[in-house]
Amino acid sequence: MKRSAVPIVVAVLAAALVGLLVYGVVARRDDTSLDSAVRKGQRPTAPGAGVTLPVLDGSGRRSLAQLRGKVVVLNFWASWCGPCENEAPVLERAQRKLAGSGGTVLGVTYKDDADSSRDFVKKYHVTYPSLRDDRLDLAPKYGTTKLPETFVLDKAGHVVAMSRGEVSPDFLSQAIDRAQAD
Amino acid sequence: MRAGVVALLALLALAVAPAAAPGAQPRASFNDVEDEVMCDTCNVPLNIAESDRADQERTAIRRLIARGLTKEQILAELKRTYGPGILAKPQDSGFSLAVWWVPVAVVAGLAALLAALLPRWRRRGRDRGDGSPRPRAPTLSAADERRLDEDLARYDV
Repeated sequence: MKRSAVPIVVAVLAAALVGLLVYGVVARRDDTSLDSAVRKGQRPTAPGAGVTLPVLDGSGRRSLAQLRGKVVVLNFWASWCGPCENEAPVLERAQRKLAGSGGTVLGVTYKDDADSSRDFVKKYHVTYPSLRDDRLDLAPKYGTTKLPETFVLDKAGHVVAMSRGEVSPDFLSQAIDRAQAD
Repeated sequence: MRAGVVALLALLALAVAPAAAPGAQPRASFNDVEDEVMCDTCNVPLNIAESDRADQERTAIRRLIARGLTKEQILAELKRTYGPGILAKPQDSGFSLAVWWVPVAVVAGLAALLAALLPRWRRRGRDRGDGSPRPRAPTLSAADERRLDEDLARYDV
């Protein structure tokens, strides 16, 4: 090896290691592109519309695309999540409000044992459907890493409003009104 | 005497029993499985995780053990349900491969670097001198040596 080659090899190795480190950090960073778009008043297209997930009650698979034309309140939840218990009655009231106009709340379980999810549904008298996202095919597209999180979609499949954390009745009511207005 | 023979035969039968069932696999031990699984919401190994989700995962593992699954079957079932991220051991595919090849590449690179530099450093060291061996340490004259011994003796405690 010539003398001039040594620093080059060291530099390349160091750069490769730094690159790997940067990739690891960037790849793990939460996706906040939806947040900034919604904050600006834009209505970004709801991601992952084509992702099909198993229905919690075992009745096949469904996707958001199949609900196009309806207002959808997309709620990520899990049976092990305390705030999800608090907001279950709020979402159930929203489901009753939406049902009259053909809309729906759509629950998506996040890394949750299916039996425990079903127990939760029974315990809190949840009537809206839920899909299972055990392998996280959908949640990361919404930047969801903590629970609960709720996204209100209009009939064209655009995100009208979003709430990271426990949803409040006022927020949900206003967001549904806005989604239904268009 | 006869009772002793019977007891001996019974012990032998017990010892031979596992070998007589070649297809049987040992049931998984909870601790053995737990340390190879991640708490997938806390991103730490399950055996040190404390959260509701971790407790739920432990319950799931116990349920699979109760069904008679082996450790490999349990890990495969968890991977099938929750994806490869549930396993504590990095996977041997995709980006996870970096966990294995980066340390090997770093060690190999350093070894190659040393292999390239060491002969040069040796050569440079030789070239710097006049070819004759360097003096190791200054030698003391007999008088100095005696004086040193006397000085040191004074500090004896």
